[in-house]
Formats: sequence, C-alpha cells, structure tokens
Amino acid sequence: MTRARRLPFGAIGVVAFIVVLAGVPLAAPQFWVTLGNYVGLYSIAALGLVLLTGVAGQTSFGQAAFVGIGAYTTAILTTHYQLSPWINLGIGLGLTLALALFLGFITLRMKGHYLPLATIAWGISLYFLFGNLEFLGGHTGITSIPALDLFGIELRNERYFYFLIWGIALVALWATDNLLDSRPGRAIRALKGRLEMAEAFGVDAARLKIIVFVYSALLACISGWLYAHLQRFVNPTPFGINQGIEYLFMAVVGGAGSVWGAVVGATLVTLLKQVLQDILPALLGKSGNFEIIVFGVLMVLLLQFAREGMWPWFARLLPVRRPPPVPDAEPMPVRSRAVAAETLLDVRAARKQFGGLVAVNDLSFSIRTGEIVGLIGPNGAGKTTMFNLISGALRLTSGDVVFRGDSIGGCRPYQIAQRGIGRTFQHVKLIPQMSVLDNVALGAYLRGSADVTRAAFRLDRAEEARTMAESARAISRVGLAAHIHDTAVSLPLGKQRIVEIARALASDPALLLLDEPAAGLRFLEKQELALLLRQLKAEGMTVLLVEHDMDFVMELTDRLVVMDFGEKLAEGLPAEIQRNPQVLEAYLGGVA
Amino acid sequence: MDLSIFALLVQDGITNGAVYALLALALVLVFAVTRVIWIPSGEFVTYGTLTLAALQPVNNAPPAQPPGTIALVVGMAVVAGAMEFIACARHGEIPRIPVRLLKWTALPLVIAAAAWWLARIELPLWAQIVVALALVTTLGPLLYRIAYQPLAEASVLVLLIVSVAVHFALTGLGLLFFGAEGSRTPPFSSESFQLGAITVSLQSLLVVLTSIGLIAALALFFGRTLFGKALRATALNRVGARLVGVSPNLAGTATFTLAALLCAFSGVLIGPITTVYYDSGFLVSLKGFVGAIIGGLVSYPLAAAGAMLVGLLEAFASFWASGFKEVIVFTLIIPVLLWRSLTAHHHEEDDE
Repeated sequence: MTRARRLPFGAIGVVAFIVVLAGVPLAAPQFWVTLGNYVGLYSIAALGLVLLTGVAGQTSFGQAAFVGIGAYTTAILTTHYQLSPWINLGIGLGLTLALALFLGFITLRMKGHYLPLATIAWGISLYFLFGNLEFLGGHTGITSIPALDLFGIELRNERYFYFLIWGIALVALWATDNLLDSRPGRAIRALKGRLEMAEAFGVDAARLKIIVFVYSALLACISGWLYAHLQRFVNPTPFGINQGIEYLFMAVVGGAGSVWGAVVGATLVTLLKQVLQDILPALLGKSGNFEIIVFGVLMVLLLQFAREGMWPWFARLLPVRRPPPVPDAEPMPVRSRAVAAETLLDVRAARKQFGGLVAVNDLSFSIRTGEIVGLIGPNGAGKTTMFNLISGALRLTSGDVVFRGDSIGGCRPYQIAQRGIGRTFQHVKLIPQMSVLDNVALGAYLRGSADVTRAAFRLDRAEEARTMAESARAISRVGLAAHIHDTAVSLPLGKQRIVEIARALASDPALLLLDEPAAGLRFLEKQELALLLRQLKAEGMTVLLVEHDMDFVMELTDRLVVMDFGEKLAEGLPAEIQRNPQVLEAYLGGVA
Repeated sequence: MDLSIFALLVQDGITNGAVYALLALALVLVFAVTRVIWIPSGEFVTYGTLTLAALQPVNNAPPAQPPGTIALVVGMAVVAGAMEFIACARHGEIPRIPVRLLKWTALPLVIAAAAWWLARIELPLWAQIVVALALVTTLGPLLYRIAYQPLAEASVLVLLIVSVAVHFALTGLGLLFFGAEGSRTPPFSSESFQLGAITVSLQSLLVVLTSIGLIAALALFFGRTLFGKALRATALNRVGARLVGVSPNLAGTATFTLAALLCAFSGVLIGPITTVYYDSGFLVSLKGFVGAIIGGLVSYPLAAAGAMLVGLLEAFASFWASGFKEVIVFTLIIPVLLWRSLTAHHHEEDDE
C-alpha cells in the first residue's frame, strides 16, 4: 500500500465525515444515536484487530475478552470500592497489559496459529469465570455502574456520551494511522510474510509481535471501559467468544489493511446484524440468532472473492492524495569506517550438517575491507548455506564467523544486522504494496529509535524526516530516484533487486552480502547491476557476492572463492580461477 | 472421595477422552494435509448426534420430519455442482462436466434420497446409525469443495477465519434444523458388569473399544494402503506430493471425508452419554484441539494421549468444581503452550 492509498482522505472527505459524525447526536432519533455509539465502541476494538490481523498477519479471538476486562474492572471498582472511573481505566489498562504480555509471550514465539487457538481458549475461560464467580455478579452481572464524569458534566445522556466515544475513536484512528506511517509501522507491516527480511534489518520480530498484540488488547480494554459506563450494566454475554469472532469479522469485512476498515467493518456488521435480527426470525418462523448463518456464509464469500475487504471499494471513491515531497534533512550518523585492507570478515572452519549431509565442510576464507569477493560454485555446492551461516539465518554446526574482531557465530540475524552487515535476498523480499521509499526506509530501521508510543503521537517526525532523506539518498545512489513513490510490486524484477540493494545501503553497512543478485535478470539488467556494483566498490564498499553466473563475477570481483560439495575447491584472482583445471572440471564435468 | 467415586470418574474420563481422541486425530489429520484448523469439527459431532436423534421413532412411529441434515446435503450438493460446472467451463474442460456432476451432485443426492426414504420406515438402531453417519460424512467433502478448496493456497490465517465462519454458519443451521432443545440418543446397551469392586457400564466399554478400533483402522490405513501413504506424503510435502501425481484436491476431499466420518462417529458415541445441543460442538472441538495441541498439531499418539488427559481432567474438574469445569480444561492449554514455547528452538516463520 502506498502512502497515497493509505491516506486517501482529501480535506473534503474528512470534513464531510466529521460533519455527519457530529450531526448524528444533534439531529438523529434516539435509535441512531444508540447505534452510532455501538459502532464507535466496536470500531475501537476492531481497530486493534485491523492492526494485528490485517497488517501484522497475526490474529486473536480474544478481543471480546479484553473488552470484558476493561468493562468488568471498572464495574467492580466503581460499585464495590467507589473508585473513580478514570482511575479504573488506568487499572484496567494495566491488567490488560499484563495479561496480553503473558499470552503474547507464550504464543507469539511460535507459529501463527497458536495465538488464535490460545485466545479462543482464554476467551472461553474468561467468559465462564465472569459467569461463575460470585463477586463478579455471576450470569446476572453487575448493575448500577455510575455514569462518567467529564469536567464536572455527568455523561448520563447517550447523546453526550456519543461525543466521548467518537472522540476517543478518532484519536485511536489517528494514532494507529500515524503508527503505520513510521519506523515501527514499517517493521509491523513486514511481520506478515516477510519475517526473515525484517529480522535481517534488525527487527526483533517476536518482541514486535507481542507489542502489536498488547496495543490491540489495550484498544479493546478502552472500548470495554466505555461500554461499562455507557450501559451502566455488565454481564458476561457481550464478552463471549462469539463476540470475539464478530470483532474479527468486522476487521475482515472492513478491510484489514487500513485503519478506516475498522469503522467500515463495524458499521456494516452492526447494521447487517440489526437488519437480520429483525427479518430472519420472521422469515424462518422461529426465534433464534440465525444471523450467524448469514455472517458465516458472507465471510466465506468475502474471503474467496474480496479478501481485501470493503475499504478499498470505498477508497476508490475518494480523491488520491499525492505523496508529499521527501524532506531535506541532515544525514543520519554513520558507523565508523573500517581501515582499508583490514580483515573485515573471517570465516573459520565453518561447518553445517543437516542430519548426515555435510552442506558446508570446514570452510575457511576471509574478506578485507574494500574488496569485492565472489563465492561461486555449481548448483548444490553449498553457497547459499554458507551465505546463511554468515547472515545468521542458519546456525553453525561448528567453526566460527568473525566480523570486525567479534565472533558472530551464534548470533541471531538482527544481532548480526546491528554489527553492520546488510544483505539482499535471492528471492526478492520487498513489501509489495509499500512504496520504494518506505521499503528502503525499513533498511534504516536500526539507525532510528522511534518506538510505538512516539510514532503514534507523532513525536518521531524529526527522526522520520532524516530517515526519509537518508532513504531517498540511498535510492538516488542506486539510480532509482524516478521510482521513489512507486509501489515495489509495480517494478520489474531487475529494479526490485536494485531496491533491495538500496535497502541494504540504507542500513549503513560495513559489509554488503548479495545473494545471487543476477539470478533471473535479463542481459541489460545484469549490465546495470554490474555498473552499480562497480560504483559501490569505487565508493569503498566491501561486498560478498554469491553467484553462479561465472561471466558476471569474473569481470566484477577482486577475488573468488570456489565451492564444490561443501568444500573449498579453490581461491584466487578471477583470472587464475578461470584457468584452474579443478574448477573447470567441477563446472564443466571434465570436458576441458 | 472414596474408591468407587474415583473409579467412576476415571471411567467417565476415559470414555470422554476416547471420544476427544477421535476428534484430536481428525484435527491433526486435517491440519497436516490441508493446513486447515478445523474448528467446525465440533458441528460434525453435534450433527452426528442430532441427526441420529432426529431418526428416532416418536410414539413408536417413524419421525414425522426427516432430519434437516438431508436438506443441507441437497443444498450443498447443488452448490458444489454449480461450482464444478463453472470451474470446468472456465478452464475449457466441458467434457469433464458429466463426471464431475455425477460425483459432486448426483452421488450426494442419491445418499440424501436413500436417507429420506429410510427415515420414514422403522429401522433397528444400527441401521439408523449407518444413515446418520452416511449423511454427516457426505457433508465433509462437500464442505471442503465449497469453502476450502477455492482457498487451498491461502495462508493458515485465512483458512482459520474461514473455519470460524463455517462454524458460525453450521451452528446457526443446527439451530434451524434441530431446534434449541438438547437431545440424547438411546444407549447401545444398558448393561453393566462388576470388575472387582467397580461397576463398569457396557456403554462406556463400547465407546472405548470403538474408539480403539477406529484408531487401529486409521493406523492400518495410513501404514499399509497406497492411498493412506499418499495422504501422508501430502501432509509432509504438498508440492512434492503434487509432483508425483497426488492431486491436492483429491487429498483434501479424502481427508475431509475421513475426518467427517470420525467426527460423526464421535457424535454417535457421545449421544447416549451426554445431552447434545445445537451449539455443544464448539466446546467439544476445542477440547479435541487442546489434546491436539499437546501433540503440537503433528503427532497422532501424543494428540490421542493429550485428549485422554483432557477427558480425565474434565471428569475430575466436574466433580470438584463443576462451574469451573471449562475454565480448568482450557487453562490446561497455558502450561502446554508455555512448555512448547520454551522448548521451541527458534522463531518459526509463518507461511504466506
């Protein structure tokens, strides 16, 4: 998604939306005000799921349970202990934070399906706890919760409460939209299917997933707190697992890729439910919650035919905003440059075994600052395995890799990134719908420090401007300035590969690892790539190139390491390698 | 608690655990072959029980209305046939249409018609069970064809949301077909015998023996038959299996048929033990899931053992704190996940 698509509201759109929104409690009948209140409450909870499911690719059925935590906390504390609702909001948020951290910690380090299963189980447990614990009011619930007090005004009237709900909803939408357009936001978007890439640029994915889960749970808690003081009565029913599923439906119906999808989804689901509850029992001649049949069928159809939800359909009606020009800001700090001819990377007897197969057999070689070294070999020689051992994607069986004097043998990819190794991927790993600029900015992740809170409240703008300026410079450096605002997916493969190099450059690397950069490129594209690599060398960049295209590496590299069957076959200048009989035999099967 | 109560609870636990074990196996099977987290398995259990209940004679006469499951089979057969027709037409495979329609529409319609006819005559219990199993099992492949096959390449997350949507639809349809009242089916046997100081009901024994028999049959199917081995291959490597000629659609259809049969069987087995309502399925399937998660959603023996544990825990929890039975059973998942999380070696990448 480009910035243009993500913020399509022209000024007119925003004004119209707010006028309609503000007009409801002033002019509409009671029924619509009540409905508007519910849509607002649901939007806040669904917004959390839009971020968690639509953007980060995780999901939770426990949203309703967190709404329940917010509602019950304030219900108990106001009725039993006469605490102020505002204090209770803090206590509820604290409780939610602790619970979400715990659930996130035990599930989010594993595959994506454990979180939804765990949240189903926890949602059901909590529902039965609400219903069975005497001091929580049992199935009858808790009545006579006091009204909210805002600046001395008691919000007893639903029409007044409406403004509070939508005020908070708009702030939440604004903050979440800000978050998506920031340093942590870019990383969150990479969590969905681009985990390996995100880690290679320093994102601690497990930690970030937990943060997103907590963020969405906190939004649910706020929604529950509002609910308790709007209804002034709570019972377990609205916090059961079915409601948890409906929140997820709202996020999917609305379109789990834009914050506005939450509002669209909450509105459509709430209205549809209202209509169906009116007509279905009459139509079927029985009473019961038959709307779940229609919801179920509609969801399956939606996922089969319009997985992006309804928001893109609304967005098309709105004017597209042009992306703002990249601000000119001072450069970001760079890491200390290594001394020329110093040994930068030293691979010492690296070994990788998969069961009985030795993919890399005690391989040693080193790279000096300013060199371009090629790691070559026939298919299946173990080049990519060796590459992954350096980048941390695979763990060494034995041996070590030393970078600038430090052992990086046992490090995770994000720790290796922190030390100044930037990489590209053999199978291009860009975020398809994000602009080239945003993709490259993800490379500069480790050079910034803005966290979720600063990003949500726009306190990160100075750093963001420098990140953008730095990314734009990296894009110019590789010659793609003309495409800076295009989506990554719209570029041909050759250019996407170059965007990957720009992203690696944005991380200010001391060593650049390129994994088969020429694979699948056409002749002209290869020439452009070669030109770029020569230019980088002239600028003093150190590069390790894994490649099996001999012609390509011969003209580019200073030195070659040749692998075959996991072992080092030869090492030397390209001209020597070209005449080495062993290498020729490995490549050509002994014909020469 | 004295010994006789203890023995009774263990017996209860093992009986329930045996049913959950069948379910857990079905869940692991479906997940392994199709990557679907099959939440609506519970509805197949309740449909099994409630269809059998709907076939029971009322006042010594056959029921006035045949079970609603028949209508569902008919409806889904028509939709599946239409989808096949469109898919064939779109891919220029017009000559294949008759065979596809025979398989996807005519065959289910024949089963539905036979069930409709049989529902109106007096049948012995075993024949009613066969009718109920045939109807509910037919729903399995139809459901796969309609809801899951068009999304076979989607992520686990999307397939999970589809599962939840299907769970919603089937629960609502269950209410429509079977009403809000719960049902029990007649016991296979009301006999019991003494085993030392312990009274064992033949019903429980039959449930456990049937489960063990089904599990053994599954082990034979996967271990000894070519088709079973092909399904295992698909579970291990979908692309690889496809390359050697195992069609993913056929594997999916077969898996859902088998899983639907297992779930419907579970429904028939629990029918005489517990009152089943149209919405009981969700909790039942989740208990199967707790068992399956203990096996990491991959190991069949661990899943079956986990399901036994769930059954026992449930039996004892309902004795000590019946109101908190579900809370205790589902909280079991927390230490299990914690253990799995701490022993997981590295961060696992999700597929997309």
